[in-house]
Amino acid sequence: MTSTESLIDRRQMAYIAAQASDARVNVELETEGMTLNIGPQHPATHGTLRIIARLDGEQVVWAEPSCGYMHRGYEKLTEVRTYPQVTALINRIDWLGSFANEVPFILAAEKLMEIEAPPRAQHIRTILFELSRIANVSLFLGDLGVQLGAVTPVFMAFRDREYVLNLIEAATGGRFHPNFDRIGGLKDDLPAGFVDETRVVMKKLRNFCDEIENLLFGNEIFQSRTRGIGVIPKDVALQYGLSGANLRASGVDWDLRRDQSLPMAWNKADWKVWTHPDGDSFARCWIRLQEVRESTRIVDQLLDSIPSGPVMAKVPRIIKVPEGEAWVSTENPLGEMGYYVVSKGDLGPFRTKIRSASFNNISVVPWVLKGVYVPDIITILASLYFILGDIDR
Amino acid sequence: MAEIPGDTLRQRIVDDLRAHIGADLIDSVVKPGDDVWVRVSTSAWRETARVLRHEMGFDYFCFLSAIDWMPSPYGKGEDDPTAPPPERDDTIRQGYTGGDTRLQMLGRVTSSALHVGVNIKCDVPDADATVDSWIPVYAGANWHERETHEMFGISFAGHPDLRNMYLPTDFEGHPLRKDFPLLARMVKPWPGIVDVEPLPGGDNDEEGDAE
Repeated sequence: MTSTESLIDRRQMAYIAAQASDARVNVELETEGMTLNIGPQHPATHGTLRIIARLDGEQVVWAEPSCGYMHRGYEKLTEVRTYPQVTALINRIDWLGSFANEVPFILAAEKLMEIEAPPRAQHIRTILFELSRIANVSLFLGDLGVQLGAVTPVFMAFRDREYVLNLIEAATGGRFHPNFDRIGGLKDDLPAGFVDETRVVMKKLRNFCDEIENLLFGNEIFQSRTRGIGVIPKDVALQYGLSGANLRASGVDWDLRRDQSLPMAWNKADWKVWTHPDGDSFARCWIRLQEVRESTRIVDQLLDSIPSGPVMAKVPRIIKVPEGEAWVSTENPLGEMGYYVVSKGDLGPFRTKIRSASFNNISVVPWVLKGVYVPDIITILASLYFILGDIDR
Repeated sequence: MAEIPGDTLRQRIVDDLRAHIGADLIDSVVKPGDDVWVRVSTSAWRETARVLRHEMGFDYFCFLSAIDWMPSPYGKGEDDPTAPPPERDDTIRQGYTGGDTRLQMLGRVTSSALHVGVNIKCDVPDADATVDSWIPVYAGANWHERETHEMFGISFAGHPDLRNMYLPTDFEGHPLRKDFPLLARMVKPWPGIVDVEPLPGGDNDEEGDAE
């Protein structure tokens, strides 16, 4: 056991001891351990995740998520499909931000073929990518309230997400599963009036963020339920591979949109990567709120500077990807999503490893739930934010 | 804020790693402007992870999986079941950094300070299909190793609990191995180019088709 791990254990033990001293009743009365089953069909699990927790009184002594209720075997299915067909599958991994799932795979295929989408396509891709982030994370912000017993925010979230979904539908034809990204560019150009409409919607979304901030983040109950709960220190977050807002909430200043060079348009806008030093549930939620705001800023700026030109590079009608291996990951709404594509010069991939963000984000749950109280399970799970399709693939 | 990583940085990673583990670094590929791959000996699989995390600052665990390099004996599952099975090339060709075995481990770790990642491969011995677990180095490898175990049948020495992650406990076979058929394509032949099939109970009558 390395020194960091014993340090982590000591921190956990100190936390458990502090909580136990609060709950004196456990010590004085003879109590029996109990196993609590949460899910698979529980509103707090966003799908079919089952959590098995052993309790001592109100405290969790051991917890373990049980996955696989929605495993669809996409890694195997990609092996019998052609490259253009794969996007229809991987759309369904993180179903709230579908367009963002397509981008890293298409970029990996483009990298192997050594082609690049024309500037206009890159620009529109980035806009749609950020729109799907807004649609995804705004639902998270509303859902957060429901987990804590506040029902109003979710109505506001559904109301305003609808505007974003309408935009995605206008551009791609699909509200949830656009299947719009193509190797070499995009299926189509933006529809007329898209730019003006989007500006209006971005304003509405910024208002939504302000509303949520006033209603939820300033709320005393919300703060006391999330502050100091489920603290994940930086070293733990990194070695479990937490990514996205969960990692930045632990104080790691790292955003794949800024820190790697991809043929996308994020570097053409001026925006900020937010971090939070606390690493608790509140920090994770707060980072996401700021990210929606930054996304609306990115979209606004990119709308001003869409270059003219085609949206599709010259690619052969039948796409054969040369032999090679490529890894591309992007900063998706849930965190780092990447595809490791192995090609044998065939019509379809030889092997695709899908690295989805939620799988890593949720693997920290057995560690972080140790010693927490039962109601905090829900806030911690909600703040880690996972989509079942993204865990089970 | 660190620079966007360049090729000199990638080459330096390979040189640094070679200085630490010596001859256990079997092969490396630095693709200009893209990524870096290294292949290490099976015995050095865990030591490589330790060096990368504790000596070289690769503190972020990205993923861990495996690749089965054997071409699928079923192709894409699009064969005509009545025709004799077509001839297929079944030579095993490994990808970047080569290799000697059918199964290879593939892992990726990243440095959160330099924002650069490295892909690590190692051969998995055919005889017992066992490699060392990464859990003592990266605690997050736990679930990834469970997934690799059920999907590829690779065991991890030192893993505390290799239960199935996704599949039922009594599931037989390892689905992501290439010799495991994709059952959906086996029970119902692939219709091929024509995407239309007769309606059930249609009795080949022409009127039914016209609708």
